[in-house]
Amino acid sequence: MAAVQVSEAEKVYILHGIRDDLRVDGRGCEDYRHMEIETDVVSNTDGSAKVTLGHTAVLVGVKAEIGKPRPAVPNEGYLEFFVDCSANATPEFEGRGGEELGTELSNTLYKVFNNKHSVNLKSLCISAGEHCWVLYVDVLLLQCDGNLYDAISIAVKAALFNTKIPQVHISTDDEGGKEIELSDDPYDCMRLNVENVPCIVTMCKVGRRHVVDVTLQEKACSVASLIISVTHKGIVTCVRKVGGGSLDPESIFEMTEAGKRVGKALHAPLMTLLQQEEDLGKARQKVGFLG
Amino acid sequence: MAGMELLSDQGYRLDGRKATELRKVQARMGVFAQADGSAYLEQGNTKALAVVYGPHEMRGSRSRTLHDQAVINCQYSMATFSTAERKRRPHGDRKSTEMSLHLKQTFEAAVMTQLYPRSQIDIYVKILQSDGGNYSVCVNAATLAVIDAGIPMRDYVCACTVGFVDETPLADLCYAEEGGGVSSLALALLPRGGQIALLQMDARLHQDHLERLIEAAMTACKGVGKVLDEVVRQHLQEVSVLTSD
Repeated sequence: MAAVQVSEAEKVYILHGIRDDLRVDGRGCEDYRHMEIETDVVSNTDGSAKVTLGHTAVLVGVKAEIGKPRPAVPNEGYLEFFVDCSANATPEFEGRGGEELGTELSNTLYKVFNNKHSVNLKSLCISAGEHCWVLYVDVLLLQCDGNLYDAISIAVKAALFNTKIPQVHISTDDEGGKEIELSDDPYDCMRLNVENVPCIVTMCKVGRRHVVDVTLQEKACSVASLIISVTHKGIVTCVRKVGGGSLDPESIFEMTEAGKRVGKALHAPLMTLLQQEEDLGKARQKVGFLG
Repeated sequence: MAGMELLSDQGYRLDGRKATELRKVQARMGVFAQADGSAYLEQGNTKALAVVYGPHEMRGSRSRTLHDQAVINCQYSMATFSTAERKRRPHGDRKSTEMSLHLKQTFEAAVMTQLYPRSQIDIYVKILQSDGGNYSVCVNAATLAVIDAGIPMRDYVCACTVGFVDETPLADLCYAEEGGGVSSLALALLPRGGQIALLQMDARLHQDHLERLIEAAMTACKGVGKVLDEVVRQHLQEVSVLTSD
């Protein structure tokens, strides 16, 4: 992650503030920063979303391609993730500098999203054992100010909601082989059910308190963080500790409970917003980066 | 692609433009608060984001420091979802490295590097959507980003890609036109003095047509220059209104 240097006096100031539930920008320990979500920003893709969380900006594009299903699960499609930590975020990511962070992020995304409990992978199957839909989810990190996991997971959920997969008609041709025809109509498409897609909440231990949505400065004062992925029903699907520094078991339990609470509260407003955007349809004014 | 005429008899191109017409340019400066300078530019369906960091101390190899001017470091990369076919590597392939070198060459001609000896200026450009004229859109976006960073330049750098079809120069090619076997020429211009910062063409073209093509490119670049100037003035007005009271 981009490094930020914090002096001892600043650290003490941040720690004392968090101890009293008052962070540097006036938020409470469980408040998120101002979040802006917009879908359908890149027209080349089958689904896309742009999420700005404070100063962190993430752009996700989903492309659907026809591929061969995995041998172990012949009647399911799958998702492929790629995280590009671009040099736009910080000069340290130039060349191959961002690869390490990118690999770490995409490995976590695989664990959280690429399973049958999050997305109905059976709906991505075209013909068992031969063809299936492969969704390539590409995450582009544009600006980095802490809390990447949360922003990326919200963007992935929004992009999957926005994804339109063309309808497929299978017909047998003259020699008995299968022929796949994609529908030409742009409105004749399949949408994914993203109800069960989880959102990731990062809880950071700063001093003795657990904080949601840390900025880079606050992260420099923290001990370690816990990544919790929570579904809309409040079920925890994945827990992972990141960062150097150790946590005691009571902390982990408390953080998981707090994460569940915060994560559950995140889903309803997100789905309402996505549905509202969808209902506007053509009347919606696309802003993208021009706004 | 049989039957798809790049230039119809009435003089209309594939997307309905006339031969000398540019695509719609929309731009915004100061898109990201964390970078020193940033800009977003759309030219038709091609969208690019440019970010500038600097001038700052040399990172990496200190031995490359120049004692009398700043070093300009550029990176060109494309988002994996930018092209119709998904691109596996965002940067690092030969084409991206070549583009990065061209950008470096272009901006070394325009930025007043002698004002910042022993330092480095980073220009990073990312293509979000690719529909032809990638190099030109990058240069235009990067110009705005450098201006947003407050780094002094001799002049705006405006670029345009032109092609030659049926004895007519076509300004601002889109992807379908670039691929259709057209001799294309990319030109980066400093409009006020009419100085050419970069000229590149790798196709076959008869010598007699070259001057006409360069003329057409320079006119198109001057057109882009006017738009960029408008964007900068608009941005300055907005910013000064915000900071005045």
